[in-house]
Amino acid sequence: MEAIVLQLLSGLDGGSAYALIALGLTLIFGTLGVVNFAHGALFMIGAFCTVTLQRILTLSHTVIDDTKTDFLGNPAKVQVPYIQDWFGEAASATIIDWSVPLAILFAIPVMLVIGIVMERGLIKHFYKRPHADQILVTFGLAIVLQEIIKYFFGANPIPAPAPDAFKGSFDFGQLLGFEANRIIYPYWRLVYFGFAALIITGVFAFLQFTTFGMVVRAGMADRETVGLLGIDIDKRFTMMFGLAAVVAGLAGVMYTPINSPNYHMGMDFLVISFVVVVVGGMGSLPGAVLAGFVLGILQSFASMREVIEFLPGINQVVIYLAAIVILLTRPRGLLGKRGVMED
Amino acid sequence: MFGLTAKNTRLLFLVIFLVAFAPFLMNPFPSDSAMAQFNAGYPDLMQRFVIFGIFAIGFNILFGLTGYLSFGHAAFLGVGSYAGVWMFKLLGMNVIPAIAASVLVAGLLSVVIGYICLRRSGIYFSILTLAFAQMMFALAASVLTPITGGETGLTLSLSDPRILGAAAVDGNIPVPSFFGLEMRSTYELVLGSWSFSFNTGYYFCAIIMVLAFYASIRIFQSPFGLMLRAIKTNQTRLNYTGLNSRPYTLAAFVISGMYAGLAGGLMVAMDPLAGAERMFWTASGEVVIMTILGGAGTMIGPVLGAGAIKYMENIVSKINKTILEQWFSFMPDGISDVFVTLVYPFIGKGWHLTLGVVFMLVIIFLPGGLVEGGQKIKGLFSRKKPETTPTDGAKTPAE
Repeated sequence: MEAIVLQLLSGLDGGSAYALIALGLTLIFGTLGVVNFAHGALFMIGAFCTVTLQRILTLSHTVIDDTKTDFLGNPAKVQVPYIQDWFGEAASATIIDWSVPLAILFAIPVMLVIGIVMERGLIKHFYKRPHADQILVTFGLAIVLQEIIKYFFGANPIPAPAPDAFKGSFDFGQLLGFEANRIIYPYWRLVYFGFAALIITGVFAFLQFTTFGMVVRAGMADRETVGLLGIDIDKRFTMMFGLAAVVAGLAGVMYTPINSPNYHMGMDFLVISFVVVVVGGMGSLPGAVLAGFVLGILQSFASMREVIEFLPGINQVVIYLAAIVILLTRPRGLLGKRGVMED
Repeated sequence: MFGLTAKNTRLLFLVIFLVAFAPFLMNPFPSDSAMAQFNAGYPDLMQRFVIFGIFAIGFNILFGLTGYLSFGHAAFLGVGSYAGVWMFKLLGMNVIPAIAASVLVAGLLSVVIGYICLRRSGIYFSILTLAFAQMMFALAASVLTPITGGETGLTLSLSDPRILGAAAVDGNIPVPSFFGLEMRSTYELVLGSWSFSFNTGYYFCAIIMVLAFYASIRIFQSPFGLMLRAIKTNQTRLNYTGLNSRPYTLAAFVISGMYAGLAGGLMVAMDPLAGAERMFWTASGEVVIMTILGGAGTMIGPVLGAGAIKYMENIVSKINKTILEQWFSFMPDGISDVFVTLVYPFIGKGWHLTLGVVFMLVIIFLPGGLVEGGQKIKGLFSRKKPETTPTDGAKTPAE
């Protein structure tokens, strides 16, 4: 019983990341009809927004500190971050400590601009081309983005720790009446899950309760009619591409303490995210979220020792197996609508 | 000739000429000159040209003719490699059983995978093949370690049985050979300051590639090839005429899987080791890039694409900053620094960036690949004579 609860919990954070990326992918597919292989790269760029912000915050200048001496007896040179000069020691330490959550504020405009530039500069020209061309050009773009990041940040993972307040683990078992230390769960993963839930709710609320969202939904259903009503649907769809980029980027920002960012993390997530989108149903937003969590939890159950002993290697392949079974038995995915990419 | 149209015969002879004289064509610069780094005429690289040429020709039979974009073709290449190494381990170091086993195993696997994946088309087909390939990669790297050697890869060892050949020669593991003709033996021809190397393994692969190319031309101009092209153009309409298109797509899938297996078998015949990384999905992406870059749906395109990418991979990644500074040293100091800084990210370790940029440019501006580019250039020159159509000539694609 404890093991099951534990696996459920640890499936949630992996599932959150899948769900967020798949949500963005589905937004792009549902609005623009483009299969975006560069979406993993957007996730990765989001993660590197954290790294960039960290570097900016710790940008230092050298000060001679008379109170300390180095090993030669001269006054020691100390690296002082600029923000320490502006805000004082305690405040600046807190700011640096909280750099991961702060990176959210930094990442939103950056990702929005990247998304809009990408759509206007490249993807726009591919609406009339076959799906294969869209896949290929975004695949090429993903390689380029990945290599640019590699050039500037190197090939090694760069650690980005969570704030001190969220270090350590939360004893979830005691809350449910189990023994102490049986079901423990890192705080940051809990935060990640909460954050993902917040973003997902936000996106759905935005689409459901705002006029803008209503127009976008109408456009998803019938683009031409909305255009005939005198609404510039292209502009709104561009904004939705930007929004999808922001969602992917934020998923990346918050993921950095769980997994240190490296240049190929986008590609690693991309393949699975596509599987998630297809399992959920191409173009179905609730389907993407549901499939993200289901597959995340499925993967974490498949990693249980008892299961692996019974079926060796199942933890490596369970997601793909699930995808194959779903695609062959239920062609439009879990919650896909009839007629959407159902050939 | 050989049952080919005149145009295709010319194409075949062009390819035969190119691969036969590759040791000369690839080594145009004297070996001690500054341009020697652009020479690609060493055996290892030339072998890779033709092996990946075979891989891309096979991929093109599926993607170029039927339009089904498989993102998991490297799985067949990897499985072929494993089968080949196992033949070396169990039977002996002759390359023929190894290559036969590679083709056979890859073919059987592609029947199974193709049967399942071809039930869907479009993006779903791509994702299903991707899922299968990733699954096989994950299994090969973890659970199947006794068969595949896991992450370190499958290598030969002295304790292998090799029932048809010697387990060891002079205390060493024997090398792959074709009835006694060692694959690694190389003849160096030195002419003045030029040196050309003629490698047995290269010519072995080259002959197989010419045969594979011939087979692909026959497929392209056969009624079967026409049927595949009909599937690409409009599968729904084909179905409405009462034809079941699935046997045709499955046949194309299996043929291209066998080509990939052949490439894998040749790879281990040249260098008897196989690793799981050959099956990773980026490897599948690479063959997609090769085919598109050369020109999908054309006969010669995939060969050109494979050559271009392998050349870039080896030559561009060898250029370093010192060489770059030499190139731009004729410019004034400040300007040359600017150029070096601008070009530097694209060379050496950054060759993937060059690859990505070139690939994107090709997709955006030249969806027909290098072949279409060649035709456009040809069209520019022949416009002065309006009576000749710009589309004839040796490099004309099949469509």
